Amino acid sequence: MPNKTFFWFFLPTGLAMILFIGLPIISTGIQSFYAQHDQVVKEVKKCDPFGCTVSIVVDNEETSKIREAKPLGKFNGFGTYTDRNHLAVDEIKKFWNETESFGAFVDQVTNLPFYKALIFTLTYCLFVTPNVLLLGFIIALSLNAVARKIRGPLIFGTILPMIVTPLVGSLVLFWMIDSQGIIGANIQNLMNDPYLSLKSSKTLTWITIIIYGIWHHSPFAFVVFYAALQTVPQEPIEAAIIDGASRFQRIKHIVLPHIYPVVTFVALISLMDNFRVFEPIIGFSAEGSAQSLSWLIYDNLVNEEVILFGSAAATSMMTIIGIAILLAPVLIRTWKEFKTAR
Amino acid sequence: MRKILVTLLFLLFGTSAFADCNIKSGSINILANDFPALRTFVETSKQCKGSADFKVTHSSEHNKIAVPALTANPSEFSARIAANSSIVPLMNQDLIRPLDDLVKKYGKGIQDSQLITIDGKVMAVAFMANTQHLYYREDVLKDLGIAIPKTYEEVVAASEKIRASGKMQYPYAAAYKAGWNLAEEFVNMFIGHGGEFFKSGSAEPNINNAKGVATLNMLKKLSELSNPDYLTHDSEAIKVEWESGNVALMTLWASRSGTLLDDEGDPNITKATKLTGPATVGGGNIPAATLWWDGFTLAKNRSDADAEATFRSLAHAASNKKMVADAADQAVWLVEGFVPGPKSIGVIEAVKMGAKPYPMLPQMGLMHGALGSEIVEFLQGKESAEQALKDVEAAYISKAKEQGFL
Repeated sequence: MPNKTFFWFFLPTGLAMILFIGLPIISTGIQSFYAQHDQVVKEVKKCDPFGCTVSIVVDNEETSKIREAKPLGKFNGFGTYTDRNHLAVDEIKKFWNETESFGAFVDQVTNLPFYKALIFTLTYCLFVTPNVLLLGFIIALSLNAVARKIRGPLIFGTILPMIVTPLVGSLVLFWMIDSQGIIGANIQNLMNDPYLSLKSSKTLTWITIIIYGIWHHSPFAFVVFYAALQTVPQEPIEAAIIDGASRFQRIKHIVLPHIYPVVTFVALISLMDNFRVFEPIIGFSAEGSAQSLSWLIYDNLVNEEVILFGSAAATSMMTIIGIAILLAPVLIRTWKEFKTAR
Repeated sequence: MRKILVTLLFLLFGTSAFADCNIKSGSINILANDFPALRTFVETSKQCKGSADFKVTHSSEHNKIAVPALTANPSEFSARIAANSSIVPLMNQDLIRPLDDLVKKYGKGIQDSQLITIDGKVMAVAFMANTQHLYYREDVLKDLGIAIPKTYEEVVAASEKIRASGKMQYPYAAAYKAGWNLAEEFVNMFIGHGGEFFKSGSAEPNINNAKGVATLNMLKKLSELSNPDYLTHDSEAIKVEWESGNVALMTLWASRSGTLLDDEGDPNITKATKLTGPATVGGGNIPAATLWWDGFTLAKNRSDADAEATFRSLAHAASNKKMVADAADQAVWLVEGFVPGPKSIGVIEAVKMGAKPYPMLPQMGLMHGALGSEIVEFLQGKESAEQALKDVEAAYISKAKEQGFL
């Protein structure tokens, strides 16, 4: 396609992307460098049906004057990024100097909200992404081998987890693993431990969410792989069969190299999706045991009665940077291949 | 002739309730939490909407919508049904209007005690009170010869006895869901221990002390007597546990008593469900509970005509003797003419025992948020009480700095 045609073809999409993705990210970035003005408070008498007390309120007249002068807030630079609820630079320095063993240091650091969330998010990515790829590939191979007649219904059944809304899917599982639900009660019987609860133990909650993630994301990998498998040429495979190659060898030396670009694509998309894990935490009411970066943003925006825009913006920016770092190796590799191909 | 006169008089009195709210114009749009008493309240106010537009949004997510919706100009809602805690963000952002003029003009039946005044200005009109208090199963306690617990130490002892008897595995329940609910339980217990959340006259936190540790230890003891999934249980979930007969002692909102004592569910459990006041803790004399009011506020960013129409229709409900008589079961109404029934025991006892209201401070929401996430690991046995309280204070301080309170 000539560059000029491509430009006109891409223009509407590009404009929409700048408008709806680019500008909001820039605005979020700017917001993350600002904090609220110092609150002007005054002591007043407050009366309610239970009696009167003297306590403080925000002085709205004074505050609105300051706000009008500087609507963005107080410039805070990287202050929000480095505070305890984010990168916690000072705290980490302190822990490093105070703790005696490396284990104790790690314990202290993982107790900080941002690192706690980062560790869960990375663990989730590292377990879910490869398993999704593997499971999706195995399902695609098996479905590709069954008789054409029953393939349709089987494919529909397989992509069902993706059709079910994430929140509904996780809620269904949530009730099943309840200590009185079908899975939860059976596990208690099996282990002979009436106090065992999948929801109260941190490790078990993590495992549940990861299994849910694999269940939910596999159909996506399956659909893409299944489509790719249809394009594998039959001649080399027939030749390999005549040469006496086993099924495993055929997959390893012919099928996989052929669909390799698709595998990269699915890996990229999965990594991005998994890094933003959020719905299962809400669905499983797992806030106590598992927090992800996206959940931190949500928490700052809605769980407090006071909305923390600066905090949420800072975490958002760091999530974007995190995704960029995770994707970098794959992107660099694709770029190199693209260059050598030319 | 006499008959006609009587009929006419009847008609006159029959309609008198509607005569004073002959609203001609304006539009009314209300945002409220979702529980039966509030639905009754809003329905009652709708009766006198006249020719005004009337819309209502009942949502348990009301806290998340309120500030953004009222910040818009004109605001999405003309009124917001708020409580002690949820009025604070509205005050902080200057989103609600003083009601003095409207009260003077249209608030005839509203009692003075219903008015929430801040710095001499009426900011809200309360219509019901709420608190968390104890519920118990009379049959279970009687069988085992346990007296009705008055303190949380007795609640623990009673629960241990019930567990030992083999009747129930997890005899105690309270809404310990990580987040807002769990933090609310901490607030109750901390106040019961006589704690103050902030150093006097400042926004510096003041919970990392002996009272805080005692509070956490009591919460932990209670959690060990609860269903192991307690960190995922909100008020609705423990209500279900109770109705399934799995629980004999419970701390729950007074406003939920109506649904526990209604005709649905096992009649034997309903019959044995009894209410008592909130418990005290650690030898203190004030209950480990906070008093709450629910009342209406009017949006600032809305035309005066809308505010007037909204006030008149809500004031109709906030002074409605018929409503409080008909719905006496649903809430402890603060409206004149309310006769407390057996379902109001909890709140009335709490007031008698001198329970404190939930602190209406501008920075309290940040403290509540920090508590909800940072004490979880202590309950799970992953860190010490001191460490958990240190974490709460540190998390709070970062947030308070960002918000300009420190």
